[in-house]
Amino acid sequence: METVLNAARLNKYFYDPEKFQVLKDVTFAVKKGEFLSIIGKSGCGKSTLLYLLSTMDTEYEGTIEMAGTSLTGRSQDYLSHFRNEHLGFVFQFHFLLPEFSALQNVMLPGLKLGRYSEKEVEERAMEKLRLIGMADFARKPASKLSGGQQQRVAIARAMINDPTIIMGDEPTGNLDRANTENVFHIFKELAGMGQTIIAVTHDPDFAAGCDRVIEMSDGMIIRQ
Amino acid sequence: MNLHIAAEIAKTHLLAKKKQTMVAMLGVTFGIAMFITMISFMQGVNQFLEDSALDASPHVRMYNEVNTQRPGLIDEVNPGGFNVVYHQKPKDELSRLKNGITIAERIEKEAGVLGVSPQLSTQVFFNNGPIQISGTVAGVDMERENRLYNLSSRLKSGSLRTLQSNPDGLIMGATLARKLNVRVGDKVSVTTPLGTNRILRVVGTFSFGIGTVDNIKSYANLSTVQEMLQKDPGYITDIHIKMVDPLQAIPFGKRLHAIFGYHTEDWATANQAILAGENIRNVMTFVVSFTLLVVAGFGIYNIMNMTVMNKIKDIAILKATGFDGKDIVAIFLLQAVFIGLSGGILGLLIGFGLSYLLSIMPFDAGDVLSLKTFPVIFAAKYYIMGLLFGVTTTILAGFFPSRKASRVDPVSILRG
Repeated sequence: METVLNAARLNKYFYDPEKFQVLKDVTFAVKKGEFLSIIGKSGCGKSTLLYLLSTMDTEYEGTIEMAGTSLTGRSQDYLSHFRNEHLGFVFQFHFLLPEFSALQNVMLPGLKLGRYSEKEVEERAMEKLRLIGMADFARKPASKLSGGQQQRVAIARAMINDPTIIMGDEPTGNLDRANTENVFHIFKELAGMGQTIIAVTHDPDFAAGCDRVIEMSDGMIIRQ
Repeated sequence: MNLHIAAEIAKTHLLAKKKQTMVAMLGVTFGIAMFITMISFMQGVNQFLEDSALDASPHVRMYNEVNTQRPGLIDEVNPGGFNVVYHQKPKDELSRLKNGITIAERIEKEAGVLGVSPQLSTQVFFNNGPIQISGTVAGVDMERENRLYNLSSRLKSGSLRTLQSNPDGLIMGATLARKLNVRVGDKVSVTTPLGTNRILRVVGTFSFGIGTVDNIKSYANLSTVQEMLQKDPGYITDIHIKMVDPLQAIPFGKRLHAIFGYHTEDWATANQAILAGENIRNVMTFVVSFTLLVVAGFGIYNIMNMTVMNKIKDIAILKATGFDGKDIVAIFLLQAVFIGLSGGILGLLIGFGLSYLLSIMPFDAGDVLSLKTFPVIFAAKYYIMGLLFGVTTTILAGFFPSRKASRVDPVSILRG
């Protein structure tokens, strides 16, 4: 299996209120099609690690390479474009644009990429929504959906550009049991279709269902 | 960057928060409406004051200045010596322009001259029973004088034609006529500086709207005044000249002085006080408009800043899903352009409405100024300035906060 993500010797510091090393020499690789979860106690640096991998946080030492491209030291605009094409992100608090409908939320990154025409993007967005069982709510404004529904729309949004990797920061952290299971099943299904997924979680059940688990403590990987 | 998506997002933002959009628009509207109204009104007042002062004065006035500004006889004989002459008197010389009529005819043929009026002006007393009121009588060729000052439009009663047919006719300033308690058809007794008396008949009254003119001035036929002063028919003291372009009057006056040797005075010199006042008013207008624009600009900046900051989370989400800085700036610039343009155009309309209301509002300035309503100028340049300013400010006010927001690391906002 080819390697899609290579993180080497990642170090990250927080300076406020005082200098504090969050990540210590973190090195690991992710292969294509893996369903990986990162677990660990609060403050162990797992979310920070994920933000580094997601290219949204650029202040770190070490190198990150994804889909054969080095991402260290790139410009903001380059990274935006890279995220658009290669990364899908699911946040703990879903973060949809409240003024837009579920469908529009899913479509926006696709329109931005511009690989397909607007009509095709709409069809693909509907297809993704159907996949996660949200097709009936496509025209509803995002602000009118429940938390679980919003999270599912966020997953559809993450998938719209067929990204290299989908990343989730506690994707089920804010959901009840039923919705957690629902979301987990969607992830599991995607993984079954060959989608690479990296999720940060502290839900042991969630982690248990993954192909591979990385456990972190005090900024270091203690178990793979 | 894809403008189409940016426009879609901008549209959705504007429509989703209609009330906020309206408030932002009205901020722009109010500033521009006030700017338009103020500048139209202030410039209207300036223009009115300038016009009313300058309309009544010639662009160039040529006259023979009789004064003591001449070297004494001793100075001529003994130049450079220690010569003292106390209280030198002016030479006994008539203040006439020699060959004045011919000079006037020659000037009339020059290019750029609108009209020339040779005249004989003298101080007189108007006798009203036991009281004497001082004033001036200008002996004119009414047809020519009318071309210079458009007297027919300033007549309050009577007619200019009557003056031409009646050698004893007199056209008076309206205020002067009221002081003398005379009307068209009444007789008035006039005493000249030579002590001669003459009865003239009032055939009209006029008003320039300037107290100093309406209070003292009157017109009679040139030949009548010449007779009253016991002078020959070629005797004139002043030549008044109006130019097509007032600015040309200044060099033209200098040239006439060089050619004919008589003293010439242009309107700018004669009205220095008015022009100085004009400058001060212009500075004031500038300061007031500038203040209005700055205040409006800050208001617009605040509103746009708020609009962008309210959307900071959306900006982070957009960036996280792959939109770059340029997209973010484009989204908010488009909103700013919409708010600036629509608010600005509405502001122009309201500004126009307010200025119009002001321009039809009755205003009684009494006899001093010939005003029935407030003077207001409707000039396209102020409207263009207002709109340009509104749109530019809004765009700048939208640009800076959105550029700042577009540079933020999305994580710093999304991590919460």
